[in-house]
Amino acid sequence: MADQPLVLGIETSCDETGVGIVRGETLLFDAIASSVDEHARFGGVVPEVASRAHLEAMVPTIERACREAGVTLGDVDAVAVTSGPGLAGALMVGVASAKALALALGVPLHGVNHLASHVAVDIVEHGPLPEPTLALLVSGGHSSLLLVPDVTDDVRSLGSTIDDAAGEAFDKVARVLGLPFPGGPHIDRMAREGQVVIDFPRGLTGGRDAERHRFDFSFSGLKTAVSRWVQAREAAGEPVPVADVAASFQEAVTDVLTRKAIDACRTHGVGHLQVGGGVAANSRLRALAQERCDAAGIQLRVPRPGLCTDNGAMVAALGAQMVLKGRAPSDLAIPADSSMPVTQVSA
Amino acid sequence: MLTLAIDTSTTAIGVAVLAGDAEPVRAVVLDARAHTEHLAPLVADALARAGATPAEVTDIAVGTGPGPFTGLRVGLVTAVTMGYALGVPVHGVGSLDVLAEQAFAATGDDVGEVLVATDARRREVYWARYARTADGARALGEPAVEAPAQVPEHTRMLPTAGRGPLLYPDAFPRPVADVLDVDPAALGAIARRRAAAGVPMPVEPLYLRRPDALTTAERAAR
Ligand SMILES: [Zn+2]
Repeated sequence: MADQPLVLGIETSCDETGVGIVRGETLLFDAIASSVDEHARFGGVVPEVASRAHLEAMVPTIERACREAGVTLGDVDAVAVTSGPGLAGALMVGVASAKALALALGVPLHGVNHLASHVAVDIVEHGPLPEPTLALLVSGGHSSLLLVPDVTDDVRSLGSTIDDAAGEAFDKVARVLGLPFPGGPHIDRMAREGQVVIDFPRGLTGGRDAERHRFDFSFSGLKTAVSRWVQAREAAGEPVPVADVAASFQEAVTDVLTRKAIDACRTHGVGHLQVGGGVAANSRLRALAQERCDAAGIQLRVPRPGLCTDNGAMVAALGAQMVLKGRAPSDLAIPADSSMPVTQVSA
Repeated sequence: MLTLAIDTSTTAIGVAVLAGDAEPVRAVVLDARAHTEHLAPLVADALARAGATPAEVTDIAVGTGPGPFTGLRVGLVTAVTMGYALGVPVHGVGSLDVLAEQAFAATGDDVGEVLVATDARRREVYWARYARTADGARALGEPAVEAPAQVPEHTRMLPTAGRGPLLYPDAFPRPVADVLDVDPAALGAIARRRAAAGVPMPVEPLYLRRPDALTTAERAAR
């Protein structure tokens, strides 16, 4: 165990300041400071508010991660950091902090891709990744289907959202229904009390779109359909059945996500599906993915909810793989790349 | 004593290493859009040229602004993270204070007061007025962010340090020659002097502006 690399990972691509500590393929501790409460009164993540919170939380979070993991910074063999994609100003705080750590400690730096990290985190949860793995990543910032032959240097994009991210659709529909930000947990909770009685549209699943955008997603039409439906009810002076709308909307999203993910597994002959990102915490998505994977003979892997949302453990997990596979470290001059392509695993 | 000084509040991304009484070693790049890329290599370079390792640093000084937010934070987070990792104190110094000291050093004793005006973007400046005293520049009021024309006229006529006069020559007619950006070595010297005098130096960013966003309640009130 002790000969396994001890890697500290830093994640600041959105509103969570995450510091995770991994030894080899074992998670020692995952510390998170979230500024989500500060964003709630704005109805969405405000980049400058997030960046200010990252600066305040950075050192205390590093400190807490080390203390809870029972290690000192002197034990750290490498530092990993999300170098993109994400909010530019937020990423810069983490990247600058990681460089400062690597420089002060005299250890290598690994700038890694946020999306690849979402895939790699399952290594510390369920063991080595089957190669290749198919990954469905869904959050407020991304909705992607990835084919991953090697998470340290070969990640291929099969498709992604052409407009809103899945989590964004949850936030927008929550606003339409008068539910608080962030919308995901509130819609999930409401939906449990409702019935799927409204047939909302499934974007990019019919006609030519189903071929041209076979593995892509679109959620803005769905959001518009929900808001029109609600407005029509209100205009008619009828009460809005919030729970039924939430359940029907959630069904439309999770149906499309799981249907396309299973199709991608079949098309590429992959027997494993991993689901990650904040929306993976949605109970209906987990249940439907399980049901459809079982029916298709595909093995489903979903990390626990705390490792699906953005966190430092995922960055440390990928960093440790980089070290174990002997990948070259990053230069101290790497940028924070807000539009880092998903196919670029490291900086 | 081996002081590492960092400032990213002005157009210069500046690092200095002050080892004992030796001449400070500076590493500076003028590039206000690429702090994340430049700063860590500059720190590595300045330490190497001073013949020092990071582990030999005894304290860190950092400019707390005001300055454009994203760049300012790169300097601050670098300083506090290195300070934590090395187990050494980090001292925060107002960046305009440093420019004021540079201005007094560059002018004669007949100049008793100066204005510091730096680029705040959005056609505004960060500014503060300073008096020359026996123990350095003393601020006459809190730093502010305003359009150049908003700065009181008698203040604008003072000898002015920073990029304000370069950007708005009509508003600030009396530039202090060659004092445009924070000199990290001057920053390090102020931090040392204040530390010796027991002055508290919290590392608190001087943003002066609140984030550009309306709360849901504010939007509804519009
Ligand atoms: Zn994410």
